[in-house]
Amino acid sequence: MKKLLASLLLAGVAAGFASTAALSQEHGEGLAEKVEHAAKVGHYPILKPKHVDWSFAGPFGKYDKGQLQRGLKVYTEVCAACHSMNLVAFRTLEHLGYSEEQVKTFAANYEVEDGPNDDGEMFTRTAVPSDHFPAPFPNEQAAAYANNGAAPPDMSLLAKARGVERGFPTFLFDIFTQYQEGGPDYIYSLLTGYQEPPEGIAVPEGTHFNPYFTSAASLAMAQPISDGQVTYDDGSPETLDQYSKDISAFLMYAAEPHLEERKSTGFMVMIFLLVFTALLYLTKKSIFSRIEH
Amino acid sequence: MSSDHSTYKPSSGLEKWLDSRLPILRMGHDSFISYPVPRNLNYAYTFGAMLSVMLIVQILTGVVLAMHYVAGTGEAFVSVEKIMRDVNHGWLLRYMHANGASFFFIAVYLHIARGLYYGSYKAPREILWILGVVIYLLMMAAGFMGYVLPWGQMSFWGATVITGFFSAFPVVGEWIQQFLLGGFAVDQPTLNRFFSLHYLLPFMIAGVVVLHIWALHVTGQTNPTGVEVKSKTDTLPFTPYATMKDALGVSVFLIAFAWFVFYMPNYLGHPDNYIPANALKTPAHIVPEWYYLPFYAMLRAITFNVGPIDSKLGGVLVMFGSIIILFFLPWLDTSKVRSAVYRPWYKLFFWVFIANAVMLGWLGAKPAEGAYVVMSQLGTLYYFGFFVVIMPLLGLFETPKRIPNSITEAVLEKNGKA
Repeated sequence: MKKLLASLLLAGVAAGFASTAALSQEHGEGLAEKVEHAAKVGHYPILKPKHVDWSFAGPFGKYDKGQLQRGLKVYTEVCAACHSMNLVAFRTLEHLGYSEEQVKTFAANYEVEDGPNDDGEMFTRTAVPSDHFPAPFPNEQAAAYANNGAAPPDMSLLAKARGVERGFPTFLFDIFTQYQEGGPDYIYSLLTGYQEPPEGIAVPEGTHFNPYFTSAASLAMAQPISDGQVTYDDGSPETLDQYSKDISAFLMYAAEPHLEERKSTGFMVMIFLLVFTALLYLTKKSIFSRIEH
Repeated sequence: MSSDHSTYKPSSGLEKWLDSRLPILRMGHDSFISYPVPRNLNYAYTFGAMLSVMLIVQILTGVVLAMHYVAGTGEAFVSVEKIMRDVNHGWLLRYMHANGASFFFIAVYLHIARGLYYGSYKAPREILWILGVVIYLLMMAAGFMGYVLPWGQMSFWGATVITGFFSAFPVVGEWIQQFLLGGFAVDQPTLNRFFSLHYLLPFMIAGVVVLHIWALHVTGQTNPTGVEVKSKTDTLPFTPYATMKDALGVSVFLIAFAWFVFYMPNYLGHPDNYIPANALKTPAHIVPEWYYLPFYAMLRAITFNVGPIDSKLGGVLVMFGSIIILFFLPWLDTSKVRSAVYRPWYKLFFWVFIANAVMLGWLGAKPAEGAYVVMSQLGTLYYFGFFVVIMPLLGLFETPKRIPNSITEAVLEKNGKA
């Protein structure tokens, strides 16, 4: 009786999983079918993000300073035209390997509004390291107005504010592999994912097809960067692929400036806890060996 | 904490002086050193220690975070980011606090499951159990309000959805909702009062924890056999035995906690909460924190009207009912046998209950459509069926296995010496 009930139960659970698997199954192989299916069930993105081997992944992950410097260049020369980065101060760029002097010089390229002065007037002055990156638009409405109605999001936290659901059972494996790079993977995939829509698929006027976009088949931002647009002086390839990797890494830094400190502190904490636990285990074992329990 | 069999001996003059005025050292000695615990306690009995540690971690990190946090709709998000970027070790404090909430709930779920398995709620421990449910309710309120404070998209919309539940109640619903919000929508007054209450609730929890431990020390702990302590050979002094076992349990728990804090601090959060709250932009899916998901699934499982009760009110009643029913557990279980070890059928239904709760949690994160809804409804049916049908009936029909006469006998039997 007990066995029968248990097997009935197992069958029920299996049936449940089978039905959900059917629900989430992607129909067909071609991109066009996937686009149509996504539109039908309202589930985006159409394609899962690509995986990049980031230097900052894993328990000993560190930022590649050269890459962050290149990413900063991409941000200032391309992204900054439309995207603000309000939470990042120039002084923190020293983490990228720049000297205090270099940061001062970098900040001096910008003008920021200050005031009011003694006459009660607002004025602009040259930026100093304690200033934050100035925004390209005075407010969100102006940003939306200049960009076809969709205000470009602030980039300070973008790498942590984006992430595609991993699904069962991947999200369980992620606990052991420490996968935390969903944000940069997503940004990289989006930037390299622009393409012509498949045959027979129409996208709304003024939007651009991208199967990696998180909430629709197309987005208001046109492909922002292409091969050769930014000059690198360290010999790195000036390709869309490299630009996309560099800006994604830089945005991860912008969102999580203390990542390296966090991981290296974590290593010491782990060593301490493991040794401490081993000692506790031995003590406990010796205490309990005296008695029946 | 009862001192009728106290073994405390003040050793110095100062201790004697203190003992005849405020016997606080005696109380500590009797509660945590000489206090007798069953000799057969396993690691399932160490979750209480983990919970105490997590409560202290949450209060300590929380008090420091509150020194830097600004409870304003325009400033909250930025002040949290200032903690993350500019406050010395602010990132550590905030990640400990955010993940600490999750680990607090992991420990409390294990603790509750332990209680269910070993029948810890049965007479004479009804009050002990009820106080535990009160603590759990307070934790849920504190966790919810804490999640609103960073003022991200999920904070804002989670608060909107959850306070919206109250509007389902007839006549008084809308009034309750506005009373909670301090207005017609989630805004500055909501944030201010949630901050105030979020600071208050942990101290209320600490107060109820004292009562919980007091009640525990009056009745004594249960143990895996469910047989009450009968003689001195059944017990061991709290220190060093329980102390060491608790310390080891806590240490292993802290390894898991540190794994999340240092290596995947955002795994248990939602990316949308790194987008500042925007009242004009609803997120695609509003998902509560993982620890509420089973209840969220039951709320959404009610898609039909029952007589005068529409589906919205029905869902809210089912959700609140799923917690309220825990208060009646000591009287719903009719079995004379305490521990699941000697109850073959109860053991089976218990593990199905656990699997069902996990499944409901998974469903709570899925969109409420198609097969998911049917599965949620079946899950809800089993959740309530377990308490109101299975528990009362099992006690009448189940034939328990032979129960040992004493804890000592069980221990000797296990070690092959009887």
